[in-house]
Amino acid sequence: MIELQNISFAVDSDSQEKEILRDVSLSIGDGKLVVITGPNGGGKSTLARMIAGVEKPSSGRILFNGEDITNLSITERAKKGIGFAFQQPVRFKGIQVLDLLRIAAGKPLSVGDACNYLAQVGLCARDYIGREVNASLSGGELKRIEIATVLAKASSLSVFDEPEAGIDLWSFQNLIEVFEGMRRNIQGSSILIISHQERILSIADEIVVLKDGRVTASGPREEILPTLIGTQAAVRECRKNVVKKDEVGVC
Amino acid sequence: MLKLDEIQKRLLMEVADLHKVPEGAYNIRSNSQSAGRQSTANIEITPKTDVSGLDIRIKPGTKNESVHIPVVMTQSGLTELVYNDFYIGEGADVTIVAGCGIDNCGPKDSEHDGIHRFYVGKGAKVRYVEKHYGSGSGTGKRILNPGTEVYQEEDSSVEMEMVQIKGVDDTERTTTAELAAGAKLVVRERLMTHGSQRAISTYVVSLNGEGASADVVSRSVARDDSYQKFDAKLVGNAACSGHTECDSIIMDRGRILAVPGLEANDVDAALVHEAAIGKIAGDQIIKLMTLGLTEQEAEEQIINGFLK
Ligand SMILES: Nc1ncnc2c1ncn2[C@@H]1O[C@H](COP(=O)(O)OP(=O)(O)OP(=O)(O)O)[C@@H](O)[C@H]1O
Ligand SMILES: [Mg+2]
Repeated sequence: MIELQNISFAVDSDSQEKEILRDVSLSIGDGKLVVITGPNGGGKSTLARMIAGVEKPSSGRILFNGEDITNLSITERAKKGIGFAFQQPVRFKGIQVLDLLRIAAGKPLSVGDACNYLAQVGLCARDYIGREVNASLSGGELKRIEIATVLAKASSLSVFDEPEAGIDLWSFQNLIEVFEGMRRNIQGSSILIISHQERILSIADEIVVLKDGRVTASGPREEILPTLIGTQAAVRECRKNVVKKDEVGVC
Repeated sequence: MLKLDEIQKRLLMEVADLHKVPEGAYNIRSNSQSAGRQSTANIEITPKTDVSGLDIRIKPGTKNESVHIPVVMTQSGLTELVYNDFYIGEGADVTIVAGCGIDNCGPKDSEHDGIHRFYVGKGAKVRYVEKHYGSGSGTGKRILNPGTEVYQEEDSSVEMEMVQIKGVDDTERTTTAELAAGAKLVVRERLMTHGSQRAISTYVVSLNGEGASADVVSRSVARDDSYQKFDAKLVGNAACSGHTECDSIIMDRGRILAVPGLEANDVDAALVHEAAIGKIAGDQIIKLMTLGLTEQEAEEQIINGFLK
């Protein structure tokens, strides 16, 4: 399905080169659900943007179904079957939820079908179909609509950047059913999810850990998940350091 | 309908959504002549005798009736100045649809200057829709200069929708309003300019009575080399509230000047102005591209939505 070969990405930050991704290689097979996890700032969203074509790598190649798509535009990749749900969905003045779903579907979409996508993400369709995708929507509502657009697009590879962010706990199971439904309904479709949530990690076929722009672990869920759950949270490690400094009177 | 050719019919569709003779009272003006006029029991339309134009009198208490007074011009080089006065009786509730379409396929400029005066009685409600449209491949310009004066008595309400999306080369719109106690004015302006078009919109709204309120919002897009100026002034002379807003997208080499003007002459006047001008947000285009649109298609969708 998709293969990232030795992807590196650097940006200019305060006239210094900052490496965000360092020699990242990974591949996602047909029909697979892969979850990328790792600390904040590790480069996960950057990697997702790289796959969608929003950013171009400084070096390395991206193959999609065997074809080199490294230099293709966002539009061309979307047309070839890559879908992308943003970590922070975009708002549009005047564009209605129905308009956005129709654009996503790329073909005439009946109101009934559109409602169906909204129902899948747990929104009462009647109340939302005519709403503008503007600042009046709550964060969670916007996030669900974002997921619905990717559902409507029905891509062979769908990338979700922290789909659980802002979704209430009660709806979590619903979200998991969305991914499972996608796998059933789109033949051979692969899903890439960026997530910090154990419940999402636990439905993965494979897990990739990205830290400081590097893949530090990857493999089947059964192998990787246990190693993650046992580790100390980053915050706690930091705190420990501060305490140590306190003790020696540095602070 | 009446004696109109295909171009005139198309213009009527564009500016007044008219496919056939409208219901209720109407006057259709075509190339400076009346192509059809009808009064009703409650709404009387009479031509003025001293100048070009109409007097439209709406009886007090008239409910749910409409008046259509569209103007179409298809003769290149025609210039006209028209005065239409509306007298809206106490407690009436009516919809007025105006609008002007110019098709200029000749070398000379065509110009319609329409002065509309509204005398709105106590407690009356008016919804006013005015669309401008231009077409034709001639080198002559299509020029529209609407002047609107609104005099609102106590507790009356006026809602105005002004739309100019296509084909008008030059516009200077001046709107003045005077509101008595409890009167309410809402204006929604939608504007798009192309090529080297120019559109100037000036508002002076005086809130003279306690509890008067005004909300003037302009959404606009300036493309190519076009220029727009939005100059909105609110004058608060009593305990009142007023809000003006200019929300604009610029593209290509388009230019927009927003001039806020707030004058509070009463300590209880609450007046607000907001203005935002900028190009289309990059992440909006990116999002639509990830759904399969090209950059250009994405821009079109964003603008269509914005001006809807
Ligand atoms: N254009 C840029 N210029 C400078 N720094 C950038 C740029 N884009 C990303 N970064 C930096 O790259 C790092 C990786 O960012 P990225 O958004 O990919 O992290 P992430 O793993 O998705 O984090 P999170 O879990 O918080 O969403 C961060 O330190 C970020 O500040
Ligand atoms: Mg991220």
